[in-house]
Amino acid sequence: MSSAKPDASPPARRLPLHWLGILPFAAFVTLFLLLPTMKIVVGAFQTPDGSFTLENIRGLFTPSILAAYWISIKISIASALLGCLIGFAMASAIVFGGLPKGIRGPLLTFSGVASNFAGVPLAFAFLATLGPVGIVTVFLRSNFGFDLRMLGFNLLSFWGLTITYLFFQIPLMILIITPALDGLKREWREAAEILGATGLQYWRMVAFPILLPSLLGTLALLFANAFGAVATAIALTGSSLSIVPILLFAQIRGDVLGNPHLGYALAFGMIVVTGIANAIYIWLRSRSERWLK
Amino acid sequence: MKKIWAWGALVFGLLYFTLPLIGMTNFSLKMRRGEYSFDAYQKVFADPRFQETFTYSVMQALFTILFGVLLVVPTAYWVRLKLPRLRPVIEFITLLPLVIPAIVIVFGYIRLYNTSSWLPLTGSLTGTNILLMFGYATLALPYMYRAVDTGLRTIDVATLTEAAQSLGAGWATILAKIILPNVLVAVLSGAFLTFAIVIGEFTMAALLNRPAFGPYMQLLGANRAYEPAALAVIAFGITWGCLGLIQLVSRFQKSAPPKA
Repeated sequence: MSSAKPDASPPARRLPLHWLGILPFAAFVTLFLLLPTMKIVVGAFQTPDGSFTLENIRGLFTPSILAAYWISIKISIASALLGCLIGFAMASAIVFGGLPKGIRGPLLTFSGVASNFAGVPLAFAFLATLGPVGIVTVFLRSNFGFDLRMLGFNLLSFWGLTITYLFFQIPLMILIITPALDGLKREWREAAEILGATGLQYWRMVAFPILLPSLLGTLALLFANAFGAVATAIALTGSSLSIVPILLFAQIRGDVLGNPHLGYALAFGMIVVTGIANAIYIWLRSRSERWLK
Repeated sequence: MKKIWAWGALVFGLLYFTLPLIGMTNFSLKMRRGEYSFDAYQKVFADPRFQETFTYSVMQALFTILFGVLLVVPTAYWVRLKLPRLRPVIEFITLLPLVIPAIVIVFGYIRLYNTSSWLPLTGSLTGTNILLMFGYATLALPYMYRAVDTGLRTIDVATLTEAAQSLGAGWATILAKIILPNVLVAVLSGAFLTFAIVIGEFTMAALLNRPAFGPYMQLLGANRAYEPAALAVIAFGITWGCLGLIQLVSRFQKSAPPKA
């Protein structure tokens, strides 16, 4: 935290005492959030004996690590896109679709639960559903002679992980976008209709441009959400699918890359990717708030 | 036409969300061949490792909540009262744990607080437990701070403080007897959410080698068939319970008459 500046507040003689009030908080976040992160960032640019180097960052650009980043990013993009799409469809169904009023409340409550139901148990739920002896797999095989495995589907793969992640991505989208949809004023629609717009034109030329920043912003948030997920992936795939969080997990446990500082670089890369995604989110969010008050 | 489309989206979503829940429930009941039984649940509940790890995680959650409340309530109060210009900064910092993945934070802990460092927290069991608790408090910070800050917005902090001060109350009295009861619902919401997060957390506990519920579930999942499904049902029940309690307390506040 920054120290007290003498010009920060008019009653200068009592100023220093004011800052004491947030000292515990400042100490806590410095010790257990900022310093640990700084340690990783600085470590990514250091050799084991402490001198500056770019060798670790260069080490990231080896085929196996690049492949891990690439599949992580692909899974995150796919689950964020699909999560946005399906979440948007469900949210607009309850806001504009003329469904019974009683559906909205329970669906939002369920979304709150499901968006927090991540991690290890989520993986178990999907193993019991789409795994080799899962309920859907068995049902399709015994009733339709459809073998998901023969069709190339495997839960421990890109699509398997994406489908599983959607279980917390869709609800998060519903929770974020429903207030935004509520903020679309009825007058805008009526004004568009009076001017002769069709439903499609209203959506394309009025509603969609207004919603676009919050849609893209939520997309970025969902992306970061999937990119940092560790527990679901490990419980689902063990270490058979090499995505960045799993690689980092193995590296912290036992230095599988054979260079401790390459681990720092790997973690630094994660911060950069989620940092960019969140910067986009924050920027677009402030833009969307201009319209939706 | 529009209605058909809306129902279609809803039914598709419901199908996607209910199938895994049905799948895990169904699987958890199938341990005995040919009939439904609660064998998997009995096995889980009878496992001493389950009891140990579950108790451990519950204790961690309670300490995290206690620490989080003691840290967040005075800070949010103080910032609103005396340092309002700092609010955007504090808010930004409290949102950072959503940006920095938990695995990176705990990696930093391991490197920063190892046995050869200036604060060797990972050198002893108590130290590691405390470190894990701080880690959980960090993960819960965005939710806790947002809940309390929103709660504080609904009350007139400055007037309440001046009234209490003119009656001779000190800072501790103001916080404990004036501010805390007024934001109790917000604090409880944050507390239940913290509980839901901590109880199943995997990454931090696994990398700090502590016997928590999350790593236990993962271990069981790697070695057993039916018990993991039972655990998933239990975990879902806990999450549902925590979120349900949040709804309950916030409804309680809405229906309560606005007394001073």
